[in-house]
Amino acid sequence: MSIVKLIDFFRDRLPTVIKIGYVVLALLVVIDYFVDKEHAHTAIEHLPGFWAVFGFVACTLIIIISKWFGHLGIMTREDYYDD
Amino acid sequence: MTDFWLHPALILIVGCFVLPLVKGPAKKTFMMLVPILAFLDVVMMPKEGIYGVVQFLDWHLTFGRVDALSMVFAYIMTLMCCIGTLYGLHVKDDSQIIAAWVYVSGSLGVIFCGDYLVLFLFWEVMAFSSVFLVWFRRRPQSLATGYRYLLVHAFGGIVLLAGFVLRYQATGGDLSFVHLDVEAPNLSTYLIMIGFILNAAVPPLHAWLPDAYGEATVTGAVFMCAFTTKTAIYTLARACAGMDILIPLGVAMALYGVVYAVLENDSRRLLAYHIISQVGYMVAGCGIGTALAINGAVAHAFAHILYKGLLFMGCGSVLHMTGKSKFTELGGLYKKMPRTFVFTMIGGLSISAFPFFSGFVSKSMIIASAFSEHILWAGFLLTLASAGTFLHTGLKVPYFIWFGKNNCSKETWEKAADPPWNMQAAMAVAAALCTFIGCYTPYLYNMLPNKEVVYQPYTPYHLSETMQILLFTAFGFFLLIKKLAPEPKISIDLDWFYRMGGRGFYWLARKPIQSVDTAWSEGYRYMGLIPLMTVSRFWSWFDWHAIDGVVDGIARSVRSVGGRVRRLQSGQVQYNLYYAVSFVAVMLVAYVLC
Repeated sequence: MSIVKLIDFFRDRLPTVIKIGYVVLALLVVIDYFVDKEHAHTAIEHLPGFWAVFGFVACTLIIIISKWFGHLGIMTREDYYDD
Repeated sequence: MTDFWLHPALILIVGCFVLPLVKGPAKKTFMMLVPILAFLDVVMMPKEGIYGVVQFLDWHLTFGRVDALSMVFAYIMTLMCCIGTLYGLHVKDDSQIIAAWVYVSGSLGVIFCGDYLVLFLFWEVMAFSSVFLVWFRRRPQSLATGYRYLLVHAFGGIVLLAGFVLRYQATGGDLSFVHLDVEAPNLSTYLIMIGFILNAAVPPLHAWLPDAYGEATVTGAVFMCAFTTKTAIYTLARACAGMDILIPLGVAMALYGVVYAVLENDSRRLLAYHIISQVGYMVAGCGIGTALAINGAVAHAFAHILYKGLLFMGCGSVLHMTGKSKFTELGGLYKKMPRTFVFTMIGGLSISAFPFFSGFVSKSMIIASAFSEHILWAGFLLTLASAGTFLHTGLKVPYFIWFGKNNCSKETWEKAADPPWNMQAAMAVAAALCTFIGCYTPYLYNMLPNKEVVYQPYTPYHLSETMQILLFTAFGFFLLIKKLAPEPKISIDLDWFYRMGGRGFYWLARKPIQSVDTAWSEGYRYMGLIPLMTVSRFWSWFDWHAIDGVVDGIARSVRSVGGRVRRLQSGQVQYNLYYAVSFVAVMLVAYVLC
């Protein structure tokens, strides 16, 4: 039961949770300024917040391209193979 | 102890024979005991050596080649067999557990074999036993799905066999299962590789995987997701390490799985597409072939078996309890199945490579090896695919089953609850291991085959990089959530060709061929059947009047003799013995006198 209560606790305070989420995202980029990038593989990774942009663009691209591909006719009715 | 070696597959096979004989309360204990014994056998066995060499015709067949690479795979496979059996402990149907154990034995056989003959034998055992895990779902479509699965694997087996035969001829009789010459590959090398990558579900040879795993039984899918593809990774790491073509193939499959996962509406099929994506990392790792890359492929296979098993157990629990696996028929279940949610979430965080979960310490090794070999495109594309992994398995699956719009029917909602204790216990064990591997890296790293490689995943830069990618992916997910809403559709994949091709053949059989057949039967009816019927009518008359008369006569005589014999017997044992002994005595006396 306690798991359900915990989830409900956060759901009841959804606007606050979302605000905290934004703060965490901003903090990640800020922290990236101070991280030692000795292990970086390429020059572009030295830009602060590079991976944040990469993650967001990757996510958007995957969703948009996949849906576009699916609606080309790849997605079809569920009984397609049944006749 | 040092010279003694027992094949763990043998323990499972013997277990299969004994299982139907064990009844009552001991049954569950026995079911757990068999895989645990196999696991202990692997843990206790010597770490290096060649065992179980059998002379067969002209060949030395090696059943037990033990080294670091085979040990780590055998360890995780027998461990997963324990977890899977615990998960299936409630299954009443012995045959399902037997099929699963034979399947694991096939996998272990491949892992310990030292030559291609033994490999081929166990390779086929895997295909022919795992198909039952699909058939035992017993839905009308299960049979067809199983046959498709079997046909694809039979095709793969033939390609593999062709490769072995060509190699046997080219090398003058060398069938040992060792690293192939990947610098100068010839036809046999390619055929063997194609046979292996079919089992690893590399596109375009992948469509069997979501087809079969989406249709398998709840317990069957937990077994299937662990063994076939990862055994294939073992064979690739052993024979094809450093084969360049595997890098683009692996990267392509990592992305392919992600794209289809966006479109998928069935939770277990989505997870199946993510197997393709994750195995893509391992295939790419085998292709890069450096010590770090092979370690990464092996580590990722190890971690993958656990977290993918856990995810299939979570979605399987939802299917087991509610009978539904489609996102458009589920939603909002966190109130009814909270524990299943937590376990599945741990699986989702592990596959997404969150810090302190297993994927973080294994997947990054492959990506790092791509970057350190300056194959930058592979490194970046694999990182992109890992954003997709979190998007689906870490966010889409939990969100649309446990939160999101409640699409449950009244009946589904009432049936939903956390599953029986054994299923929860199996999920808890897998979840604990996923977390443990992520937190305590020496556990996994000390088992890896290339001991000289030092890799440290927990650097500030790697943590910062991973957290940015993951959390900004989550940000994108919630911004675009409307676009991701599940649609009650299926996606056409490359199985279209053989499903529709098969239909074309069926049409051909039905229309032109059958019309010839019908004409033939009509002709036969007039020319052959009518005279035949007349003849058979005569024989029927003869049988009734003549033969039966004789038989009835014999029967009547036997009955009357039997009646007389019965009167001689009083039914007591001592009298019977008395008559028997007297009879023998009379015969003996007669013999001596003559």
